[in-house]
Amino acid sequence: MARVLLRVPTMTEKGSVIEIRALIQHVMETGYRPNAQGELQPRDIIWTFTCRYGGEVVFNATLSPAIAANPFIAFTTIATQSGPVSFTWEGDNGFAQTETRHITVT
Amino acid sequence: MKRIALALFACCSIASADERRSGLLDMRPEAQAMQRDDSMNPGMLWVLDGEALWGRKPTPAAQSCADCHGDAAASMRGVAARYPAFDQASGSAIDLAGRIIQCREAHQAGPPLARESKELLALSSFVAHQSRGLPIAPPEDTGMRAVRALGQRIYNTRMGQLDLSCAQCHDDHAGRRLAGSSIPQAHPTGYPIYRLEWQGVGSLQRRLRGCMVGVRAEPFAYGSSEFIAIEAYLMERARGMALETPAIRP
Amino acid sequence: MTISRRVLLAAPGALLLPAPTRADQQKLAAALRDFTGGQPMREGRVRLDVSPLVENGNAVPISVMVETPMTAADHVRRIGVFNERNPQPIVITAQFGPRSGRAFLATHIRLATSQALVAVAEMNDGSFWSQRVEVIVTLAACIEG
Repeated sequence: MARVLLRVPTMTEKGSVIEIRALIQHVMETGYRPNAQGELQPRDIIWTFTCRYGGEVVFNATLSPAIAANPFIAFTTIATQSGPVSFTWEGDNGFAQTETRHITVT
Repeated sequence: MKRIALALFACCSIASADERRSGLLDMRPEAQAMQRDDSMNPGMLWVLDGEALWGRKPTPAAQSCADCHGDAAASMRGVAARYPAFDQASGSAIDLAGRIIQCREAHQAGPPLARESKELLALSSFVAHQSRGLPIAPPEDTGMRAVRALGQRIYNTRMGQLDLSCAQCHDDHAGRRLAGSSIPQAHPTGYPIYRLEWQGVGSLQRRLRGCMVGVRAEPFAYGSSEFIAIEAYLMERARGMALETPAIRP
Repeated sequence: MTISRRVLLAAPGALLLPAPTRADQQKLAAALRDFTGGQPMREGRVRLDVSPLVENGNAVPISVMVETPMTAADHVRRIGVFNERNPQPIVITAQFGPRSGRAFLATHIRLATSQALVAVAEMNDGSFWSQRVEVIVTLAACIEG
């Protein structure tokens, strides 16, 4: 499991726009870099990031080798209801990870 | 004579604390923001890794770091600010990473931690993070004096095919630019650091190694007495400056 | 105690912006065409924030913000960020909707060299808006062993 650092408000007002930040430990090997032997190191990146809020997809991004190592992504969403917010990263070599946080909306 | 004059100059510049600046301030505002905001600082991923390791037994029969040291927020507060320190048992100086390696071997009977391994960097980052914001406070004991003197000597010694000493860049030309990068004053305030060029976290010794390779010198070995001596001298030179771990640097 | 002139290279040398080749420009144009489906792209509404001078291309903070109320009637559907001189012209694409609240995206990207970045937003009415920004990248001199 890759280490993840999420900034998600735990409690917020209904209808407010909240900013979510997600950081995950990953090399994001581009596939364009030679190793010490001069051979290209195979690509190993996260290529998609999805945020689901109460089960519904509220944000989705497609990443490329141009995203820095340990990808950082920030976006906003409207606090609609209390419930789980899940984050899924998927990538090369079967990389798949999901983290869930709970938002309480008042 | 020249050396004495230089040493005096070094003392004077240490005395006026306002002249010293962390490499943090030499970075552009975007990079500074990346360090200051934990939610954007990838070094925090290593700190979190270290926190998990702190509470984990390296083998089922062994004790975890927390079993002995308890809550790191209390027990490790200020510890990184005091390393390298003199190790009475071995009669030599030891750096923070060295102490963690030693602890693993002596008290945890776990698999040894290699220098620059992900595990050791994570634990070092976590421990050093407990001192974030605290002033660097090298120990006053006599054993460290000779170590620092050696470190200072190495710092002022020209080396490599480029025939440059640390001092020639970091004292004489700090604040100027070397091929587009600004030359910092070389205060080790944020180690282990997340270096953008490494795209990961590394130790001060890795940074020193990079500098030595840069001047085309044969680098000292990880954990060598030379590296620990330079580290001890640099920490003395940065006495009183605040620790920043995990720092971001270009 | 002077440093040799060879070692202390002045910064301006690294700051010269090499002109993109025709191939770079065509690659970027093709990627933009893929994103817009050949629809015209207008300048405006999109704000691409990135430092004009970057010390290290390994992690460059960028953000994109689009002027829109993000209502059902007027919102951003997609944002794409493209570059001129990395091995691949695409950086990131993301989907938005009224539930996003704002048309905002921030990330850290890699820039192989000084080059242009283009952010494009697709609105729900099918129009495309963009901003192009030139970025200068100065890389560290010392090579790690």
